[in-house]
Order: sequence, then C-alpha cells, then structure tokens
Amino acid sequence: MKVVQTDVLVIGGGLAGLRLAVAARRRGHDAIVLSLVPAKRSHSKAAQGGMQASLGNVIKGQGDNEDVHFEDTVRGSDWGADQAVVRMFVNTAPKAVRELAAWGVPWSRVRRGDREVVINGQRVTITERDEAHGLIAQRDFGGTKKWRTCHVSDGTGHAMLQAVADQAIAASIPVHERTEALALIHDGRRCHGAIVRDLIDGSLAAYLAKATAIATGGAGRLYRVTTNAVICEGIGHALALETGVATLGNMEAVQFHPTGIFPAGILVTEGCRGDGGLLKDVDGHRFMPDYEPEKKELASRDVVSRRMEQHIAAGKGAKSRWGEHLWLDITLLGEKHVRTNLREVYEICQSFLGIDPTRDLIAVRPAQHYTMGGVRTDASGQSPQLAGLFAAGEAACWDMHGFNRLGGNSVAETVVAGRIVGESIADFCDDPANDATVPMGLVREFLQREQGRLDALVDGNGSEDASALRARMQEIMTSRVGIFRSGDELQAAVDELQQLLERSRRIGLRCRDGGANPELVTAYRVQKMLKLALCVAYGALQRTESRGAHFRQDHPRRDDAQWLKRTLARWPDAAATLPSLHYEPLDVMNMELPPGWRGYGAKDYIDHPDTARRAAEVAALRERLAGQDRFALQQALMPYEHLLPAALRGRNERLDERWST
Amino acid sequence: MNEAPVRVVPREASGGGGRRLKLQVLRHNPRVAGSVPHWQTYELDEAEGMTLFIALNEIRDQQDPSLQFDFVCRAGICGSCAMLVDGRPQLACRTLARTLGPVTTLAPLPFFELIGDLSVNTGKWMRGMSERVRGWLHAAGGESDIDRIEQPMDPELADRIYELDRCIECGCCVAACGTARMREDFVGAAGMNRVARFRLDPRDSRSDEDWYDIVGDDDGVFGCMSLLACHDVCPKELPLATQIAYLRRAMVRQGMT
Repeated sequence: MKVVQTDVLVIGGGLAGLRLAVAARRRGHDAIVLSLVPAKRSHSKAAQGGMQASLGNVIKGQGDNEDVHFEDTVRGSDWGADQAVVRMFVNTAPKAVRELAAWGVPWSRVRRGDREVVINGQRVTITERDEAHGLIAQRDFGGTKKWRTCHVSDGTGHAMLQAVADQAIAASIPVHERTEALALIHDGRRCHGAIVRDLIDGSLAAYLAKATAIATGGAGRLYRVTTNAVICEGIGHALALETGVATLGNMEAVQFHPTGIFPAGILVTEGCRGDGGLLKDVDGHRFMPDYEPEKKELASRDVVSRRMEQHIAAGKGAKSRWGEHLWLDITLLGEKHVRTNLREVYEICQSFLGIDPTRDLIAVRPAQHYTMGGVRTDASGQSPQLAGLFAAGEAACWDMHGFNRLGGNSVAETVVAGRIVGESIADFCDDPANDATVPMGLVREFLQREQGRLDALVDGNGSEDASALRARMQEIMTSRVGIFRSGDELQAAVDELQQLLERSRRIGLRCRDGGANPELVTAYRVQKMLKLALCVAYGALQRTESRGAHFRQDHPRRDDAQWLKRTLARWPDAAATLPSLHYEPLDVMNMELPPGWRGYGAKDYIDHPDTARRAAEVAALRERLAGQDRFALQQALMPYEHLLPAALRGRNERLDERWST
Repeated sequence: MNEAPVRVVPREASGGGGRRLKLQVLRHNPRVAGSVPHWQTYELDEAEGMTLFIALNEIRDQQDPSLQFDFVCRAGICGSCAMLVDGRPQLACRTLARTLGPVTTLAPLPFFELIGDLSVNTGKWMRGMSERVRGWLHAAGGESDIDRIEQPMDPELADRIYELDRCIECGCCVAACGTARMREDFVGAAGMNRVARFRLDPRDSRSDEDWYDIVGDDDGVFGCMSLLACHDVCPKELPLATQIAYLRRAMVRQGMT
C-alpha cells in the first residue's frame, strides 16, 4: 500500500486550491496539491472579463465600496446567499486584488484624462481623474451599480493563475499533476485524506492529511452545451457526496451565461456587454431594452439568458443549420478597443467562427456556465458534517452566490476564499485537539474498495457503454434541466437519470487496460456525474418556485414564504438512485438586506412572514444611526468581522476614502 | 468497414462537411510491454465547424476508446493540446478540419516525455523551467500593505507586461526548437520569455547580474541559434524573436562588464 503523508491535501490545482495551499504553507503547514492537469491549465484560466473588487478608481466606479458590492451581490443571488459570507467576501476582495498586484498580475491601469466609451449604445466621453492615473482600472459588468470589474485585458483568469501558480512554485508546494482523487477516506465524523489514482500508470495510493480541501471547480460537463472546460465534471462535489455524510448545497442553482458562441459554447466575456456591446435579434433589433428597461444588456446573467431564450421562443432568433441563436454586436466598440481590451474574444472569434468581430456579428446563445451549488461548508470553509473536510471556490457552497452569481464574483471568490479557508485550515491544523491517529485498517479498507471498483470495471462483464451514458445524461440535462424548467420535464429527467444511474452500474469496457485508459476514466466518472445530475434535477423538481437562475414555468414567482431555504443533498445509501434532500432555512431576522425586488427581472414575489418586521427594524436602525459612519451602521445591522481571519479585518483605502499617512 | 469514397479537397478549399477526414495518428504507449511506435489511420465524416478537438473525441467515443490525447479548455487558452499536425506544432483545439488536406498526420510533440499516443508531459517540463529561471515575482521592498491603495503603474507598461505574460506554456516553441534538439537542458523560448517578462516588470527586484546567472550560458540565451521557429509557431503570437534578441544583447552587455 503506497501511502503519502502531508498536513494539508488540496484536491484541485486552480486558483482556489493553489491560493489556499499558499496560505496554509505560509502558516508553516506542508501541503500537496492534486491536479488532473498541470496547474496552469486549470479552468480558472478561462475567466476572461475580470474580478469584482470595489476599488473605485475609475470615474464610473467613484462612490463604490463594500456596501454597494454587498447589495449588488445579495440582489444578484436573489436573496439565496448567506449575507455574512457576502460581507466577508466584499471586504476581502480589494485586498485580494492588491495582493495579486504585488504578486505580479499586470492589471490594466487607469489612464488620466478624456476617453471615449460606449454606454447604452452611445459613444460618450468620460474623464478619468489625475490622481487615479496608473491605479488598477475597472470595467462595467452585469448586475452592478458601479464599474467594479478589475481586469487584465480580457485574460484576467490567465494572468491571475500565472501569478498564484508562480507563488505556489516559489513556496515549493508540490503539485501532483495528472492525479485524481477517487474517494475521501473518512470514518463518518472525520476526514483523513483521499484515495488517489495516478492517471499516467493507473496505480492507487492513499494520501493522508490532517485537513483535506476540495477545490475542484464546477460541474458544467453535466450539460452538453457548456462554457466549462472538459475537466469540469464535478468530481470534487461527488467525492463529498459519496461519503454519505457530507452535504451538497443548492445543486439546482445552475447559471447559464448569455454569450456562449454558437454552437460550440465557448465563452465570450460579459466584458463585451460591459464595454458597450449589444444583443441583437434576427432583424438586427436591439431587444433587451424592451424587456429590461432598467439594466438592458447588463441585467444579471440569469435574467439576460432567460430574456434571450424568451425572444428566440417568440420567433426572433437567427436561423442556422444547428438551430437558432442571437447576435452579439461589438463592432461599435471600434477595432482598437476590441484588439486591446477584448483580444481573447478577437482570437476566439477568428479561430472558431472564422469571423472578425470588429466587423462581423458574433452568433451567441446561452450556455451552462457556473455551478452555484457545492460542498456545503460553514463560513470558515469546513464541512459541518465531516471534520477536517474543507471546500473553496466553485466547488463549495459557503454560500456567497445563492441562486445566481454576478459576473466577476467567481474569480474574485477563488482568491478570497482560498485565502480565508487557507487560514482556517491552518488554524485547524494548529489546534492539538485536531490531532488524529489515522486508523490504517480504515485506509486499507478504502483502498481495497476503490481498487475493487476499478477491477470490476476492467474485468467485469457489463455491457453498457460509458460514453453513451454520459452523452445521454448531458442531453437530458441540457434539454430538460436548463433555463426554463417545469414539473413534467423535471420528473421525466429524474426518471431517466435514475435509469441511467442503474445502467452505469453495469458498464463494460472495450479497452480493458487498468493503466492510462481514457475509457476507464469516463466509466468511473460517469457513475459519479449521474449522482450529481440527480441532485440537480431532483432538487429542481422539488423547488416549486423561481429564484435566480432556477426558473420554473409552472411556479414563476419567487416564494420566500416557502422557499427561502437552502437545499441540502446527501447520498447515504450507495445503492440508492436518489439523494435524500433536506432544507436549511435562511434567517430573515439576521439579514442586513431583507428580501425585496432585485432592481431587474420579475417584480412579483411572495414575502416571507418575517420580511416586513425585519425591514422595519433595519429602517429604524438606519434612522437611529443616521449621523454615524457606514461602518457603525453595518456593524449594528449584521456583525460579521469575527468570522474573518484577523489579518483580513482591516478597512480598505480608496481615493475617496483616503487614510492620513 | 466504411466504403464511402474519399473526396480530395485542397487545403482551405473545403466548405466543410460532406467529406471523409483521414487522420494518421502516431501511436505508442511506453508503459505497455511490447508497444512500438506505429501509425494508425482513422476515418470520419467531417462536420461543419469541426475542430481536431471534436474529431479526436468522436474517434475515441466511437472507434477507439484507448486513444490518448489531452484537451482541457478546448478554446485555445490553456495550452494542453499542442501536437504535431502534419509535422507542425500547433494547438489541436484551434485547428479547423476545413484547413486540413485529405490525409493529416498527428504526432505527439517531440522533446517532451511521452505519456502515450498524442499526450506528452509538458507540465513537468514547464514546472522545471519555472523553478530554474525562478519564474515568480521577486518583490522589491518586501510585503506590501494590501489594505492601502496599490502602487501605480504606467498603463502602457502594464499592457506590455501582459503581452509577455500571455504565454500558455503549450510547448510549441520548444518542440520546434533546433537548439532543444541538441541540448536537452536548453531553457527554450518559453523560458527566455519568462525572464523577459520579469525583467520588464519594475516590481521585480532582480538585476541583469541575477539574470546572467540564470540564462547567461549555452543552455540559456547563448544557446539560441536564431532559427526562430519558436516565433513562427507560437499560437499566442508572442514577440519571441524580439524578446530573445533584447535579452541576448542585455546578457552580452552584462557578460562584458
């Protein structure tokens, strides 16, 4: 039995995983990062448009601060988010962007003086302040009141990942590339590490750790049409689910990005619309103002994606041999802007569509983009059910996005959560109460179980085709668990997914090699993915309301009275074909921002019985503290700073909130 | 056996769709006893807009589940899928089938450790390169206070640093390099570009004296024979020729002092 020991085992080599490994390492704990691919190839790299942080350097960001970012994020979440976690996030995001600047990220910078920008389809001149010259620039994004998205051209994730991966190399953190965790080792109360497969030679090893962190990103590949990389199969989610103990939160909350290029689904950034690009229909008509007079193209992603599909259903899509789509028009931004600030978009359009986006329209249609659901953790990033198991980033549900994430908030979350959860992992490892003797019998049992599963696939006599099962699952998810959902469709999806799950227990391989065998990998992953697909579809079936990205045509209203609660999915019986669902209520009486209208999208919703009472309390507090600064008011409304590591509690300086030196 | 006739379509002339693609793949699995490198031919129907990402996955799903290759982003930004397409290093995900001739050869990138078939271990080499050129920012002036307003930077300079930071470590430049063929420890264009990137960055404290210690020899910038295939094949169109020339001049200057 090959055994590898470390303090912190990080599963996933993207921004969140690397950042938390660096944080734990700086606190003196050894860390090993497991990654399916070389770390710098992780999907974090695909973040294009930028990261939200309320620096307020550009003139259109003036007046931005944590309070504005907080409200935008909670409204974006359709009140599904944990507001204390959102507060932790918005206070840390400016620090994270500045730390990355110190680590070498070449953030795009403000140029003083006049510049021409496109706002609401019009060319206007804005003037940047002298004192902002050379500071980190922000662009506009959907669902935000201020220009807040810090960016490196439109290769933000790439540049961030370079810098964070470089820091991991500088800290001599080993990244075990081309390895895959197959199962968490646990005794029902405590997690001790993972059984890990070497994807090059197929061998198994037990990695034992005081703390294990899941940072494996999203599960976009449950869907046929997705912007996600091919490795985003939700395997980290499944590792937690298959413990039978840990829970997944809000798996039915799935985001569809408005501008996947059609039909390949490759992302073009929200920055296209943030910088002034328009959505047009078959007649060349700009249709978003008809539906969303307030925010137009820059409503939140769930709203824009729904309006686009609604417009296509109304017969206004452009037709092509693969079906219908709409157009994204960035020609009005001018060639220089596109080739400097949207150069990845330019390259993608050239390479995959054979068009020049400075002259031609881009064919787009919404595509699966982000998994709001994830491994349920507390605000420190730890699983409430399984001590020593942590999660961060897209794989986690701690829960800052609720039912819809704002653009630019996820890549910001990776480095913010990586830092915060890295600190709490270090605290956990420092505490002698968490020292545990790992029972080697248990480890051997898990190793043998996993080897047995692989052997059964390689040597067994099953007859089901793994890639066919995966393709069918992806088709069901795309056609029946997509943007518009209904009870009938969801029930049909759940029924068929259950059949697929049963069939996946009888997979037979054509290539019977236990080593680097891509078919074997597909086989054991599709068994896991089907369980996740069922968590999504079954959770969506049960949730008889519409909230954020979860839209039920048969229940079109948000229903705070019944559904202001988080879905928790568990899979206690390995032989079952459905998860067990239970629900965790959100406490309106503790909310800084009580539920209301988002400022875009549907205006009718059913109030929670506590909402009016809490709104009155909040109003009274605001009145009573009218003369005091915003921090005092915030503290009175919803204290959160105790949840942050001490090093991250400081206030953030801005041009308009200068500190005396 | 599919007997559909293969229509000969000149490069760039196919409208896409309707023809049979023939892909000859160089196969070998060094971990399987008795495996020897050999060509295997696959045929499939070309679809409109088909890329090598789509074609190879279709082959694996429908014809040969054992075929090894690497894709991650399939959008030309992660650098996983570099391979030799008709002998030229390029990203397979960005290679449109309509630009291919009637028969196309696919082979793994040379120089890197072979994992199997079209999959090579570029990640291991790139990590080694990063460690060797100490490819992370060596901050001038220690830790900064992240609660305070950040240090300003000239906007043009930030853009120029990003230009060099765009390397996706795909390995095309090294696979195309004449020197790498003769010197297995050669740092490659990717390594020299990394040095150029930090040399340009005023936040980095290192001087040319430090850089000379790292790349001032024949495994570094003086090993380059200026064949510059690296520049020609770089899928991100990085200005490698200029950067290597600048770096060499600076290192010569440093070596003379």
